[in-house]
Amino acid sequence: MAVAAPVPPFETFYETHREEVLGFLRKRVGSDRADDAFQETFLRALRAYSRLEHGLHLRAWVLTIASRIVLDDARRKKPDGELPELFTNDHMPPFEQLAELAAPLPPKEKAAVVLRYGYDLDYAQIGAALGSSEAAARQAASAGVRRLRKELRP
Amino acid sequence: MITVPTELDARFRAAAAAAGLLDAAYDLTDSPVGPLLVGATDRGLCKISFRADPEQAREELARTFGPRVLRSSKPLKRVRLELDEYFEGRRHAFDLELDLRAIPDFNVRVLRELARVPYGQTTTYGTLAARAGVPTAARAVGTVMNRNRIPIVLPCHRVIGANGKLVGYAGGLDVKERLLRLEGALL
Repeated sequence: MAVAAPVPPFETFYETHREEVLGFLRKRVGSDRADDAFQETFLRALRAYSRLEHGLHLRAWVLTIASRIVLDDARRKKPDGELPELFTNDHMPPFEQLAELAAPLPPKEKAAVVLRYGYDLDYAQIGAALGSSEAAARQAASAGVRRLRKELRP
Repeated sequence: MITVPTELDARFRAAAAAAGLLDAAYDLTDSPVGPLLVGATDRGLCKISFRADPEQAREELARTFGPRVLRSSKPLKRVRLELDEYFEGRRHAFDLELDLRAIPDFNVRVLRELARVPYGQTTTYGTLAARAGVPTAARAVGTVMNRNRIPIVLPCHRVIGANGKLVGYAGGLDVKERLLRLEGALL
């Protein structure tokens, strides 16, 4: 079966998103740390790239990886400190609505729920973005949904 | 609009190759016959193209070797060096590993015979067919030459018609003539 949106060569993906990723990282971690985070983001994307099944949502996918790097960076800097907001990315209505709804969830569950139901990524992609396994991503998403159901119940 | 600094861009491309994360790397290099696009995998040189069209080349590389295709100069350093030496007339044989994956068996057999045609000499399609064990397949050998994805290093420019005519070349007949003159095979 032909894939409607085949995974592009990595070079094409990289050229398309590198400016936005660098801008995002400069805003989140500052210019000093952005270079290292940039390299780490695209290396992580490269490690997961062969497992992608289609070329959809690549912008959301790479920004999620960048968000994860920001999170790791913040954890290293202040282990008990407050976690930064996961996303600053907008212009995506389903994501915005869901992000608001999922805001009270712990960061990993929130990210898994938003990526699964806001961006329609599969669990392998979400796992790659979060730096965990496919199974852990599935678990985080369903734990998040359970928690939301509980909280939304009147 | 943000631009990624050249240094940061180069650092990522080098790190990606050094980490062994690429299915194929490619780069552009200048030559007396125009810009060449060269590609390599971890197994060796897999592509030389006279049409230095990166978009088309990376699609082809991705189809053959996998989607992790990135422009990166380090993996192609030795290839570029040997090509430079060849074009300066200082190198008569290439010392490079080749990646011939995804090339049909018959083509590989013909290309291995082709690799034995020495610098500065020519052979004919018929002779090459006979050496590959298929004396009646001169035309098929012509097709193999036309599809040769590593020209210059696999010297299809040294194969000419039985009547001495140059016949054809994927890079253009002028390039074929130029390579043969460089090697002293044409006066």
